[in-house]
Amino acid sequence: MFQVRIHGRGGQGVVTAAEMLSIAAFEEGRHAQAFPSFGSERTGAPVVAFCRIADKEIRLREPIMEPDALIIQDPTLLHQVDVFAGLKKDGYILINTNKTFEQLGLSDFLRDWHPERLCTVSATELGMKHVGRPMPNVPLLGGFAAVSGIIKLESVNKAIRDKFSGKIAEGNIAGAAEAFKIVRAEMKEALSHA
Amino acid sequence: MLKQCEGSHAVAEAVAMCRPEVICAYPISPQTHIVEGIGEMVKSGELKNCEFINVESEFAAMSVAIGASAGGARSYTATASQGLLFMVEAVYNASGLGLPIVMTVANRAIGAPINIWNDHSDSLSQRDCGWIQLFAETNQEALDLHIQAFKLAEELSLPVMVCMDGFILTHAYERVDMPTQEQVDAYLPPYEPRQVLDPAEPVSIGAMVGPEAFMEVRYLAHAKQMQALERIPQLAEEFKVCFGRDSGGLTHTYMTDDAETIIIAMGSVLGTIKDTVDVMREAGHKIGVLGITSYRPFPLAAVREALKNCKRFVVLEKSLAVGIGGIVATDVRMAVTGMGLKGYTVVAGLGGRAITMKSLTAMLEKAGRDELDLVTFLDLDWKVVNKQLAREKEVRRSGPAAEAMLRDIGAVAARNY
Repeated sequence: MFQVRIHGRGGQGVVTAAEMLSIAAFEEGRHAQAFPSFGSERTGAPVVAFCRIADKEIRLREPIMEPDALIIQDPTLLHQVDVFAGLKKDGYILINTNKTFEQLGLSDFLRDWHPERLCTVSATELGMKHVGRPMPNVPLLGGFAAVSGIIKLESVNKAIRDKFSGKIAEGNIAGAAEAFKIVRAEMKEALSHA
Repeated sequence: MLKQCEGSHAVAEAVAMCRPEVICAYPISPQTHIVEGIGEMVKSGELKNCEFINVESEFAAMSVAIGASAGGARSYTATASQGLLFMVEAVYNASGLGLPIVMTVANRAIGAPINIWNDHSDSLSQRDCGWIQLFAETNQEALDLHIQAFKLAEELSLPVMVCMDGFILTHAYERVDMPTQEQVDAYLPPYEPRQVLDPAEPVSIGAMVGPEAFMEVRYLAHAKQMQALERIPQLAEEFKVCFGRDSGGLTHTYMTDDAETIIIAMGSVLGTIKDTVDVMREAGHKIGVLGITSYRPFPLAAVREALKNCKRFVVLEKSLAVGIGGIVATDVRMAVTGMGLKGYTVVAGLGGRAITMKSLTAMLEKAGRDELDLVTFLDLDWKVVNKQLAREKEVRRSGPAAEAMLRDIGAVAARNY
């Protein structure tokens, strides 16, 4: 079972991202379970959503306390919430930022991690560019398909078409594709230094 | 057809396929997405011959459902928590009058303190209201139980609550097998009311009944629930023939045959429990699971049968009978009267407290050694409780307790992971 925890703020589509991740996995014939952290969230407040992906029925209903991967939709949460709580050693981390892990002050904490599993992408900018709204969630899913390899970009596109239609769907598909490309390049770069 | 969707959405689609004629509901978390979904289907014309009535409160919602049902319409509503409490007088009327309304309860805690998260306090507070109560383990079962519920309700002329864990199920995206309209139509015949307000054949419904017949009318309600005990497993069998899967019934067992310890629970926590049992079985613990699907009527015989070979049972319930301990546990103890079993009550998951494999494992290991207290509060923070008790002993004007305990914890926002 592969477990993903998504951290963000109310209004950033955190819950939608987890749902779409589950749809993408479902499209590949896998079992998936997405659920929110059940809060009375409001715009700007820290929000958490979860997604489990497995090859058999998922019965477990506890929150994800030891994720295999983290998607952090808002880097300001790094100082407010213990986003790394329980993260498995060598887990995947994707952060929505135009900074590097080093610039975020995370290098020491993640020193002996696989470098190609630690990626960043300016997903808010990609949301603005492709959809005209500062929504980082869908581009991050494109980036997540790249860094984790757990789902294909085409499956993310199917999930996008399930949730959105018309121009917004097309914009999000373009945003996810660009994020995928950026993260792929970053991984290649990281491996070449390793 | 397999699809990946939200539990609320799956239920909304299933209810629509049951061809309800009147839906009235008042929004309350975590039930809202269900009635929103059905409302959209009525507005778009996808659900035909159905009137969606916006009402001003839950009391009105149930009252409209009663009127519609008495008028011969297949009627549906949904609620949760304080919403259920607010409609209670009408809830008793619906069952007392024998009106086959189906209602989803998206299970949620009851305040004060106000809490929107899941536990079973709301529907269990209506234990004795005369409604049938069915608890879903997964979104698939929630969907399926609604289809069975209309058939059961209308056959017996009794209202049915389908209870599904708020947020944990209602807001979870998971795989469901959505039936076709043809399948549902083949299973669920059109509603033929036993009683109907019809100007062509006028009757009174809801007359005053004095001491001369009140007990007999009440007994009839009990007799109907006993009939439901027979019909619920049959309807699950018929469902399997039509839809090809096991859903509903009175109880579900898992690895109980050779189990020394059987853990009993209702709703979605059964999944986490089964995963825990799988791991513990590998370590040699002989544990089985009994899921109770039909809480009312309570399947005394089925519970007794499931527990006949074990040494001890643990009832894990998301509810608290303040002043005694367990609610479900009390019923289970009645079922096993005279069997000489050790029984433990574990109150867990109140107000959305996460029930984890880790805590379940530790608790079950303790139960296996018969070291568990008769009533246990799983993962209770004793430090916070004791601090408040000490404060109340020390100072007369100790202030509001809940707020003081939140301060002690240093909570800035609700969290459950």
